[in-house]
Amino acid sequence: MEWLNTFIQGSLLGGIYALFAIGLSLSFGIMRLVNIAHGDLIVLSAYVAMVIGQGTGLDPISCLVIVVPLMFALGYALQRGLLNQTLSGGLLPPLLVTFGISIIIQNGLLQVFGAYTHRLQEGAIETASLQFPGGILIGVYPLVVFGVALLALGSLQLLFYRTGLGRAFRAVSDDADTAELMGVDNRKLYAVALGIAMIFTAIAGVLFAIRTNFDPAAGPIRLILAFEAVIIGGLGSMWGTLIGGMVLGIAQAVGAAVSPTWQILAGHIAFLIILIVRPSGLFPRTRD
Amino acid sequence: MTLLQTQNLSAFYGDFQALFDVNVSVEQGETVAIIGANGAGKTTFLRAVAGALQTAPQMVLFDGQPVGDKTAHDIVRLGIAMAPEGRRLFPSLSVEENLLLGGHSKRPGPWNLQRVYDLFPRLRELRHLPATDLSGGQQQMTTVGRALMSNPRLLLCDELSLGLAPVIIRDIYDCLGKITAEGTTVVLVEQDVNRALDASVRFYCFQEGRLALTAPTKGFDRAAISAAYFGM
Amino acid sequence: METVRVERGTRASRIFALVAVIALAALVALPWWGDAGDMRLIAEMAYYLALAQLWNLLAGYAGLVSVGQQAYVGLGGYVLFYLTGALSVNVYVALLLAAPFAGLLSIPVSIAVFRLRGAYFAVGTWVVSEVFALAASLIPVLGGGSGLSLTPDIMREIAPDRADRDMILYLMSLATAVVVFAIAYLLLRSRHGLALTAIRDSEPASASLGVNTFRTKFIIYIVTAMCTALVGGLIFLQKLRISPEAGFSINDWTVVVIFMVVIGGIGTIEGPFIGMLVFIVLRELLADYGSYYLILMGAIAIVVMLRAPSGIWGWVSNRFNIQLFPVGRRLALVDWLR
Repeated sequence: MEWLNTFIQGSLLGGIYALFAIGLSLSFGIMRLVNIAHGDLIVLSAYVAMVIGQGTGLDPISCLVIVVPLMFALGYALQRGLLNQTLSGGLLPPLLVTFGISIIIQNGLLQVFGAYTHRLQEGAIETASLQFPGGILIGVYPLVVFGVALLALGSLQLLFYRTGLGRAFRAVSDDADTAELMGVDNRKLYAVALGIAMIFTAIAGVLFAIRTNFDPAAGPIRLILAFEAVIIGGLGSMWGTLIGGMVLGIAQAVGAAVSPTWQILAGHIAFLIILIVRPSGLFPRTRD
Repeated sequence: MTLLQTQNLSAFYGDFQALFDVNVSVEQGETVAIIGANGAGKTTFLRAVAGALQTAPQMVLFDGQPVGDKTAHDIVRLGIAMAPEGRRLFPSLSVEENLLLGGHSKRPGPWNLQRVYDLFPRLRELRHLPATDLSGGQQQMTTVGRALMSNPRLLLCDELSLGLAPVIIRDIYDCLGKITAEGTTVVLVEQDVNRALDASVRFYCFQEGRLALTAPTKGFDRAAISAAYFGM
Repeated sequence: METVRVERGTRASRIFALVAVIALAALVALPWWGDAGDMRLIAEMAYYLALAQLWNLLAGYAGLVSVGQQAYVGLGGYVLFYLTGALSVNVYVALLLAAPFAGLLSIPVSIAVFRLRGAYFAVGTWVVSEVFALAASLIPVLGGGSGLSLTPDIMREIAPDRADRDMILYLMSLATAVVVFAIAYLLLRSRHGLALTAIRDSEPASASLGVNTFRTKFIIYIVTAMCTALVGGLIFLQKLRISPEAGFSINDWTVVVIFMVVIGGIGTIEGPFIGMLVFIVLRELLADYGSYYLILMGAIAIVVMLRAPSGIWGWVSNRFNIQLFPVGRRLALVDWLR
């Protein structure tokens, strides 16, 4: 039964990893941009929620009402103002510019908030758990987060396959030049894409910060976790990312069951094994 | 009235000059053909007009307005649409979604999904299939339909007949006839010289990025065209 | 009568070579006219320069943008500390052994990360360095989370006297920077360098011309791993302590190195040197303002990438047509007008 518990905890962990990964997937899928600052933007969202929470007295999840539009606007402005200029220069500019942004965010947060760790307090839901027969204990919060991940992926599915905007995203992802010839304003579309990516990044940031301590340097590991979920699941597949996140979570849970300090390492090792054995991931879909 | 006019149009790919002082003029409602060997600059010309390639503003005049430096999506909004060489349909989209994408700019006009299906009835049956699953001829129809969905005043057709069987080509050109009957101005680039000349009232022959010959198609001596085509 | 000749040097480079030799002589003599603080600073500049040249070789020439070279910096340090501490190996031998050790380890690493391209390759290398850091913190003989220290008798193997030790370590740093510089320069002047530049300019084109792109990149990755580990060993030899956090710190060993190369001029030999100077100057100027200098360097790197992608040196070199370390080959017209 212990192993079933481990399996379930790990699977639910896939929820937050999938949420981490959505923003990264979106910007790669639509703009072919790997945003090195992605993890730091997750952490930035947590800090923004913290400040708004302190200012308004709202609980973190309610703060999302303000944080999400703010981060959407930031994403839109970042893409429109800065990142759009990097798209035609080859490999180095997007990578190095987002790397620069990452360092600026980390050190900016460090200067403003110091190196202290924080956590967002949401209340009783953090520790509540549901009892199931056979000694299975499932935390309510991980279940909620997993549910949010499902909702997020479902809503993206709707966006991509049932709306004009989603159609434009898919067209641009296929062939940006021809899309432009058909009347699509690529530059504006990319900005909207990063804005939407930031919506999910903001949600991921707040949800993770309720359960996990965060500090200005917490970004890179989030980027790596998102990245591992995407690669394990397979580039280009949204639902594959959820599976990838779950595989990662299960590997980590198994590692943690052996010894708590092995958790993250177990995830990395699972990632590297899959990379060597099945490099295109479990459900690859992208044509490049 | 003159719908499209290029003035000393020169175009570059980086340091490489592909067009040299090209002067072309197209009246509203006309169908004009552009012919020439591979590499003569025909597609480059269309891309410059469509905004895929930026030039000096005055080099391309549309309805009297300088548009040479405008981006492609702005030019679609002004009323120029392209059926690109090689079809360039979106593989992730169905036939219908490709058509709808063509209407992204939401320009008002007579063309909509129903009318495109009326023009190409076969597409109605195939509309939910991935666009790249279709045969060459059906894909070509989709490409043209996609361009029509933006209700263009000027339709640019690049190599409609490429890779298609003669009977299919004939069908497509019949449809083209119906499109021009609505008053749409058409510029078509064609490898198949006879087909191009049969469909147009005037032609321009390009050779190595320059205009080699232009004349009304009616009664023109085909031998003289060969000479211009091959630069003899 | 030959009308063209292939030349390597330029007038600027010949003048520069003279200046460089004089400056180098002055630096070698530093222990006699400077103090310990000066030597520490120059040593630091030297090993940053070495790391920057190596990263430049990997990213600027082979197109392999790694964000995980800190893995080999820490590896070099740990090899040194473990061999001297647990196995009582002579300190110089231990230092040199860091290279083959890193070389061997880099082979399976490259098998994994070469599956990825572009920015994904970058993050993959980052994951690998995280694995190294975690492994180091979990292996008891490596000191776990608190790491290892160099005992005084290991340090006395270098020289019994503190002042002599400082001088030797300083000269070793200088020598390392010069050697790495020389390796990079000779490599790029050679056939392999030509292959690298071709790969950088266009991988498909060079592949179609018969350049074995995979093997070339593989070799460069292994070689830079080995050299980076050597530099890492040297760095921690001077720091006397190593821990997983310090040894594999991306901020200390990769972030600043990347900024140096990008700002100085990626893909040029002169660039990393300029970038290193900019970094040191900024860091000293903004020393009282916490990590603002990092924010500033980040902003400068972004601006450079967008407006002057070939960096400061690239801009200067293009504008004034200067090359101080000629790696290309020029055709000189000889006797044409006679």
